[in-house]
Amino acid sequence: MAYVAVKGGERAIDGAHAWLAEVRRGDPAVPELSLAQIEQQLALAVDRVMAEGSCYDRGLAALAVKQARGDLIEAAFLLRAYRTTLPRFGASLPLDTGRMQPARRISATYKDLPGGQVLGPTFDYTHRLLDFALAAEGTEPPPPAPEAATDPAPTPRVTGILAQEGLMAPELPSDAEPPDLTREPLSFPAERPLRLQALARGDEGFLLALGYSTQRGYGNAHPFVGEIRMGPVAVELVPPELGFAIEIGEITVTECQMVNQFAGSKTEPPQFTRGYGLVFGQGERKAMAMSLVDRGLRSAELGEEATAPAQDPEFVLYHCDNVEATGFVEHLKLPHYVDFQSELEKVRAMRATAQATLREAAE
Amino acid sequence: MSTQAGYNFGYLDENTKRMIRRALLKAVAIPGHQVPFGAREMPLPYGWGTGGIQVTASVIGPDDVLKVIDQGADDTTNAVSIRRFFHRVAGVATTERTAEASIIQTRHRIPETMLREGQILVYQVPMPEPLFRLEPRVTETKRMHALADYGLMHVRLYEDIARHGHIAISYNYPVMVNGRYLMAPSPIPSFDNPKMDRMPALQLFGAGREKRIYAVPPYTEVRSLDFEDHPFQPIRADAACALCGSRESYLDEVVTDDRGGRIFVCSDTDYCAGRQASRQAEAAE
Repeated sequence: MAYVAVKGGERAIDGAHAWLAEVRRGDPAVPELSLAQIEQQLALAVDRVMAEGSCYDRGLAALAVKQARGDLIEAAFLLRAYRTTLPRFGASLPLDTGRMQPARRISATYKDLPGGQVLGPTFDYTHRLLDFALAAEGTEPPPPAPEAATDPAPTPRVTGILAQEGLMAPELPSDAEPPDLTREPLSFPAERPLRLQALARGDEGFLLALGYSTQRGYGNAHPFVGEIRMGPVAVELVPPELGFAIEIGEITVTECQMVNQFAGSKTEPPQFTRGYGLVFGQGERKAMAMSLVDRGLRSAELGEEATAPAQDPEFVLYHCDNVEATGFVEHLKLPHYVDFQSELEKVRAMRATAQATLREAAE
Repeated sequence: MSTQAGYNFGYLDENTKRMIRRALLKAVAIPGHQVPFGAREMPLPYGWGTGGIQVTASVIGPDDVLKVIDQGADDTTNAVSIRRFFHRVAGVATTERTAEASIIQTRHRIPETMLREGQILVYQVPMPEPLFRLEPRVTETKRMHALADYGLMHVRLYEDIARHGHIAISYNYPVMVNGRYLMAPSPIPSFDNPKMDRMPALQLFGAGREKRIYAVPPYTEVRSLDFEDHPFQPIRADAACALCGSRESYLDEVVTDDRGGRIFVCSDTDYCAGRQASRQAEAAE
């Protein structure tokens, strides 16, 4: 009976998982991918999984990519489900990205500036022509890229240069313990630290589209890339038993500071305001999109009229998490026949009433 | 006890369980009120029962006997998956018998067999907010609950009657709990709503993605919204179960061929199997 086929069962699940394991490995004649290969050669996939999985561990992210067959949202989900079981020792000191020795640092607002423009390993200015030479395996690795002498002087932030002139609205410093979205549910009004936290682990595609919409009139943005920088930064922690900061490691992040016009208000003179993006690893598209959306979400605090989706904190923050979104969208494939049965009976009853009315009208 | 190496009993760490239990206590103290809680990512996807799983994981102990149903049945894939999960991470005994279970986690149904004192029914909830189709903003709906301002829902029901002659909600039918809070009973068929009223068992509701918990303590009044001249009417297919003959239980419609053939069978597989067994026993006598 069809009934039996609809209801699954342990054997069906076991069979499906065995099949999944088989297709995950693919043709056994093709060598298996190693985690080192994924980490090295699919580095940006690993970075994205670390960012959206909000867990900085390249090895685990590479494992997640392998286990998820390259499905990066599934991989982020795997990493999140692991991360959530880890104990929390404390909060680090704020990262000082100003002390970064950037592998990439560009500004679109100044032609030249202290620290210079550093292109770094970027796709920008490559011609997007398929390189058939890469299809051949076993070729010689490319020669090492030329290296400039490193300048040990720190690279000042562009927004700091603007702030010296009073042109950049200052951010209010705070020593308050930052909220933790993974321990406390989202609540509104959501202050900026909480919003930035949600955006930092939000879906790149969703934020890209929302950021894009602010450029197309849905949110009235006038953004300039003040600065993008990418490179390693030290993570410091103050253990209570020591009372002073110690360095516990180094992570690579991408930071984007978007400079936006602000017309001023009754209390504030005209000046520039900041949209901020910070992402684990090399994630420039996400960092830029995040900084556009961050600025959009500041409309209430800056007294701007909020009319566009990217200016609506509830809309953005409740829908940017791809692990939540994919779970709820995909749950529609779970059985719903109990509810559908009620709907069937309801629609049949409503059709009977409607048809009776039509018949009466015709008579 | 066979539990997964490297994980705490019931998967969640003890601090998380304590946080969830606090939310549960508050929820029981304010029946029908949605309590925000720090829902964790679970190794199962959002929308697949993460809220119910976290609630179950927080109240389950080594001596508990767990039953998991989806669509009323113990053998649906998601019920199998969740039962396996708890077997793996808590090593508890599981059962398919409603009467034998101390905790029943459910999606979309309330068992036909009357629940008793001491049992806990854990509902998986996709959208805890009963008003979300009328007002998507949580900031707004929180205010409406605070003021018990439920006019919007009454207007919606009235409009249904004006347009269709009756209320056109067949599942997730809104209820008033303890005369104070409007509550989503989760997408159970309206047929099940009357079972919630003054139920001797404790009813706990977990919404993982929406990060909210609510509860109905034992023997609490749960009233389905209606009007004096349009009383609440639960929906059920007008047929008997093809397997056990029940005319009281909620039925699933099963398409048997491509020429319009249909049979109806109990959605509650334990109830149906029990009735079939007692019928066979009677026939054998």
